[in-house]
This record gives sequence, structure tokens and C-alpha cells, in this order.
Amino acid sequence: MEPLNSSSDLEKLRKKILDKKDSKGLAISVCVSTGCKALGVQKVLEAFNVEIKKQYLEGKVDIKETGCLGFCEKGPRIVIYPEEIYYFQVDAKDVPEIISKTLINNEIIERLLYTDSITGKKARYLSEVPFYKFQNRLLLESNSKIDPKKIENYLAIGGYAALAKALFQMTPEDVMKEVKESHLRGRGGGGFPTYIKWESTRKAPGEPKYVIVNCDEGDPGAFMNRALMEGNPHSILEGLIIGAYAIGSHEGFVYVRQEYPLAIENMEIALKQAEEMGLLGEDILGSGFDFRVKIHKGAGAFVSGESSALMTAIEGKVGEPRPKYVHTSEKGVWDKPSTLNNVETWANIPLIINNGAEWFASIGTAGSKGTKIFALAGKVNNTGLVEVPFGISLRDIIYKIGEGIPDGKKFKGVQTGGPSGGVIPEQHLDSPVDFDELTKLGSMMGSGGMIVMDEDTCMVELARYFVNFLCDESCGKCTPCREGLKQANIILNRIVSGKGTEDDIDKLGKIAEVTSVASLCALGRTSANPVLTTLRYFRDEYEAHINEKRCPALVCKGLISYYIDPEKCQACMICFRNCPANAIIGEKMKIHVIDQSKCTKCGTCYDMCPPKFRAVQKISGEKVPPPIPEEERLVKRLREKKRD
Amino acid sequence: MSGDLIDQIIDKYVNEKGILIQLLLDIQHEFHWIPKEAIKRISERLKIPYSQIFRVASFYTALSLKPIGRHLIRVCVGTACYVRGGTRILDSVEKKLGIKSGETTSDGKFSLATVNCLGCCALGPVIEIDGQYFGKLNSANLEKTLSNYN
Repeated sequence: MEPLNSSSDLEKLRKKILDKKDSKGLAISVCVSTGCKALGVQKVLEAFNVEIKKQYLEGKVDIKETGCLGFCEKGPRIVIYPEEIYYFQVDAKDVPEIISKTLINNEIIERLLYTDSITGKKARYLSEVPFYKFQNRLLLESNSKIDPKKIENYLAIGGYAALAKALFQMTPEDVMKEVKESHLRGRGGGGFPTYIKWESTRKAPGEPKYVIVNCDEGDPGAFMNRALMEGNPHSILEGLIIGAYAIGSHEGFVYVRQEYPLAIENMEIALKQAEEMGLLGEDILGSGFDFRVKIHKGAGAFVSGESSALMTAIEGKVGEPRPKYVHTSEKGVWDKPSTLNNVETWANIPLIINNGAEWFASIGTAGSKGTKIFALAGKVNNTGLVEVPFGISLRDIIYKIGEGIPDGKKFKGVQTGGPSGGVIPEQHLDSPVDFDELTKLGSMMGSGGMIVMDEDTCMVELARYFVNFLCDESCGKCTPCREGLKQANIILNRIVSGKGTEDDIDKLGKIAEVTSVASLCALGRTSANPVLTTLRYFRDEYEAHINEKRCPALVCKGLISYYIDPEKCQACMICFRNCPANAIIGEKMKIHVIDQSKCTKCGTCYDMCPPKFRAVQKISGEKVPPPIPEEERLVKRLREKKRD
Repeated sequence: MSGDLIDQIIDKYVNEKGILIQLLLDIQHEFHWIPKEAIKRISERLKIPYSQIFRVASFYTALSLKPIGRHLIRVCVGTACYVRGGTRILDSVEKKLGIKSGETTSDGKFSLATVNCLGCCALGPVIEIDGQYFGKLNSANLEKTLSNYN
């Protein structure tokens, strides 16, 4: 097609697309993002295509392959339009029924509706599902309405209108003013005001200037950037072009980690389509503004998410950070002024331009405006992506949206901010979530990972896990981070294996102090957070490990033993057969015993023991009771029978 | 010939700036590792010092300097999977295959690696085999999943 040459060309095309839409609007949208793919959505999709042919509905029903809607726990998820009926956990064999009943006759299939776990009520619409009811999905909402591989879909929901507005009705200064007044802060972790970054690149001498999308999303436990880039790549691109226009940049990069192949694919398609339509490239929409974008794949290094490291990686070098006495916004990629923002930050720009700074600033708290997407995961009933206005409490996120902790377990802490964040305990659950509050609690916003932990999580082992992770990922350039993390790792390993000494806690505190002031980049400076917050809120667990050689959460292998309760064992042989170490002594009718010298503490017996028996137990801080004498090894029920 | 293939990949990047990582990723994608031959060829053709290419290839986890097996298993050890028992899944896979993360079985069938996060945290613990994801694993269904590969 001919590239669009003006703002009115764009509007004409949009009208054409909207007019073409079937008036009946029969459509089924199926989430095909990475999460639902892992749950086998491909088979569901195939079944729809086969069934639609079979029932002679080709061309009458629009099958949309959409991005992530967030509720991954209950996937595969589909929506049936025009009624907007949501079905969860759909299987390929449900498909014929969905088409003949719901699509054609508007009949609801009860079993596929969402069931409220507390009231048992079925939810027909999204607004009735607790997971969605308390959210404010400014960014994620569109994911359910568009096929990310089709630019027409994005245009149909008003896409690129903000770009046209910026190019034709606003000067770059007007755009800057709007971003400033929106008080938008960077969504990647630091929460740095976006306007200040832009302004400094804009004013910095040197050409060309670069704008960069950071989709390195290395924080384990965070996947909101993946969902946005997979589900709505054009919204990020539109934000980027507007930013480039305001800053005066004509070249941009989209940096995506290679672990996200679908995000890369969808962004590649988006760039190509936008270029063909004249929304990207030379003389965008006939405005005279030129802008080009390249995709750069990250090769898997956590530290490369740091802005200066990411820019070095774009130059094709080892992605290591550099000292930032000169800001990257003034001297970044190839020493040219470069503005780097997170995916979510860029995706907010079209919203701000379309609706105005005043509207945006009306959402959130005094210091943090707008919404934030969190990746709610771990020990919580509803895992998935949650978009909420700043200021909502942690308790509301975990208990109202997440519907609490599974299996009746007790909440212990929530980890925010990724590996360099911290764990927040029960007593602070009512704190409002925003950039400043989380920092006050010793954690941070990070990119929005939120991992819930229950009583079965050992906080010392958790700290060890994060320090070990950071130790691996530290690039090694500066000594405090490289050596400090290594030493902390050694100490924590010692504590969890039961060999901790009394001065270890003190030593950890001292190391934390040095790494947090003397490291080169944010990775090192924040690396002490997991240790510091767990020490602050869960010191008793450290002390139990060191002084009593006991792991209160019954996790640390070096401090626990598995034991079969002779009163409960029914000699079912399940653990005996599955033990990979052949450490279980047992035969039919005879109570099983674990040979402690052979046991590798893998926990298979604990997992496999039927819940109605619960004979395998974990103990810590006490001696394993001696095996029962041979003559008493007949299982209890038989012994009782004999006695009778 | 693999030499020709390497040259074809390099051809895409001649006269471009900052392409080393992208080029190495393409080589990795094609051969499943970075052969010495490839580093040499890139160095010759693009006039990048051998040492610099080696440094990049050894820094990033997605680039491997050793050949890998027919099937690549990546166990997610991200936080969400960790909280749900990801390390135990890793233990089980290691025990089952008799290799540690970063190694390849002697018959060349499986290579094992860990990955920091696959971004499907809601389904943890997750593993990925040859690009396909398997979620909500435990010791029982892990066994079944692995037995489908040979």
C-alpha cells in the first residue's frame, strides 16, 4: 500500500478499518503468549480453526491471536465477542461446544467460567472476576483487543493518533511540557523522572542522539515487559517515536533479551508494518520528521539491563557498566547523547499525549503518578500480571487481586524489586505501593516483580539465593561488588549448611555496608538489599540457623532430616519405589524407615506420600528418632487386627 | 560446509557498526555453539581482534563455547520458580541425566543449562526443552516429560 502522507490519511484509513468490521462482530480472541503456549494453547487454536471450517463459519468469525491478559494461572484463556464472555482453562475438546453453544446461540458453558474461590460464584464478565475487578488496566487492557501481528488492529483502537497529534499539533517543546507535567517516572527500577532524562539528552551537544527501549527484563520473576512487547508492540513503538520527536533523535534501538523470541518476532513485524505505512522511517506521515529503529538482541547478562552496560552492549561489546559521572543521557551509545527508558515507560507516552498530563497526574500518589504493572508470582492463588494505580496497598494486591495464599498457608513476606530488592514482612502490608514507600521499607520498586512467600520459604536460604544470583551476574569490573558478593555468598552458604558462626551476621552487615557505598553501578550498590532486609525483618531465622542449627521453615538441606512417622505409615511402598537414592527400607505390610546415611534429602518421599497418610515428615534442630525395632514394624492397622 | 555458512552469516553484517553480539547470536542459533573456526573467520573478515570476540563469547550466557547435545534443557531458576521448588527440579534433572548444569551427557543426547527467568512465572517451576515450555512441574510429571525425548 501507499505510505500514509498526512494526519487525515491516517484517520481515513482508520475509518475504513472500522467500517469494514463485521457489524455482528463475531470474534474469538485466544491468548497465544508464552504463558498460555506453555499450557498448550496451540492445540486449542488448531481446534478452533478445524471446527470453524466444519461448521461452515469461515469468514464469519474473526479468530484473534492476542497477547497476554495477565491471568496466566488460569490459562489458556479465550474471549468470545460481541458478548465479551471469558472462558478460562480451555481445552481443545471444549472447542466444538464453545462454537455451537456460546458463539452461535449465546449459551453460556458454566464449567468454563471463572469460579470465585471464596463464594463459589461463577463470573460471566471480566468485571466480576476479583483478579481483574481491582485493577486499572490502562496499558494491559489493549492486549485482549488486538492481534499484535496486525497493525490494523492497533489502528482500530486509536493507535498512532497520539503520534499524529504530537507531529501536527504540538511542537517538541509542547511534548516535553506534557511529559514534565505528567510527572511520569521511569518504570525500569530507579523511578527517575522521565522528563529530566529527556531534557538532558535534548540539550546535550552532539549528533546523532539516540533513544532506546530497554526490554532486557533480567529480573527473575518479572515478565510485564515481555507481555507488553508480545501483546502490543506498536504502543511501545508509538511512544518511542513521540519521544524521539521531542528529544530530536532520528535513530532508535529496541533492546530485547534473546530469551523472549516471541517479543522479538512481534516487534520485528511491528517495525516492518509501521515502515510500510509511513509511520516510521523517512518523512513520517508527511511531517518531515525522520526516525529509524533497529532491534538489538541481548545475549543473556543480568548486568546488561543497567543503562550504561546496555549501551555498551549495543556497541557490540561486553555489556559492563561504566562510571556515571558523565550521564549516559549526555554521553551514551558511541558517546552520543542517549535516552534509555523501560518498555512500560515508553508505552505510557501515547496515553499521556492522547489524554493529557493532567489526566495522567490525577492517577496515583503525590510522588508516583499513573499505573504500574506488577508480576505477581510465587505462593499466591492468582499469579499473573497486575496493573494497579500507585498507592494501592500490598495487602490489596496480595489478598484482593491475588486472593491470598494457597493451601491455607501463612503469609511470610513479599519480595519486590528483583534480586536487588528486599523482602517486606506482614507488618508493612498496608503500606501504599509507590517508588518512595518501597525504598523507605528497605526494598525498591524495581521493574515490578512481586514474589509472595509463605511459611515454607526460608529467609536465609532466600538471601543466599539472591546473593548467589548476583554473584554469578556481577560483571567483576569493580572490587566491592565482585569480592563483597563472593564473601557474602560464602558466609550465607555456611549458615544454610549449618556451619554458621556467631560473628557471621556481623560480618554480613559490614560487607553490605561497603558494597552498597563503594560499587560502581546499581547492581552492586543495591546488592546488599536482600541480606539487609532479611536481617532487618527475619533476624530470628538467622539466629536459629546459627545458634540452634535449626531451619524454622524446614528448607535448608543441611539442617533438616526426613523421617517416617511409624504411627502414620501404611506401608504403601510409594516412597520406597520412588526414592532415587534407595534410602528407604521397606516391604509390604512393614513400616518404612529412612536410612539416614543414604538419604540425599531430595524430598521425593515427602512429595509422594499420599496426603491422606502424611507419614513422611521434615524435622530440624532435633535428633531423628531411632528406627523402630524389627518386631514392631508391622503396620499399625495389622498390629491392631492381630491384637483383636 | 560450515565454513560457507559462517561466511554467509558474516555477510549480513559487513560494514555495520556494533554488530558483534548479533552476529554471534546468529552463529549460536545456527550451530548451537560458537566454533573456534567462526571466531577466527569473524576476526579475519571484520578486523575485530580475536581476543575481543572471545571475551564477548565467554561473557554472555546465551553464547556457548562448547558444542551442545541434541536436546537443550533449560531449567528456570528465577525467583518465582525457585519459591515453587525450581532448585529441586534442577536437582532431579541433574540426577536423572548424571550431569551438572553446563554439561552435556556423554551420548550427546542432552545438554543442561539454567536460565534466570523465562517469563512464565505463573506456571513455575518451568523448564524449556528445545524451545518448548513445560510448566507446573513436579518430580512425577518431570519424569514423564523427559521420557518423551530421545
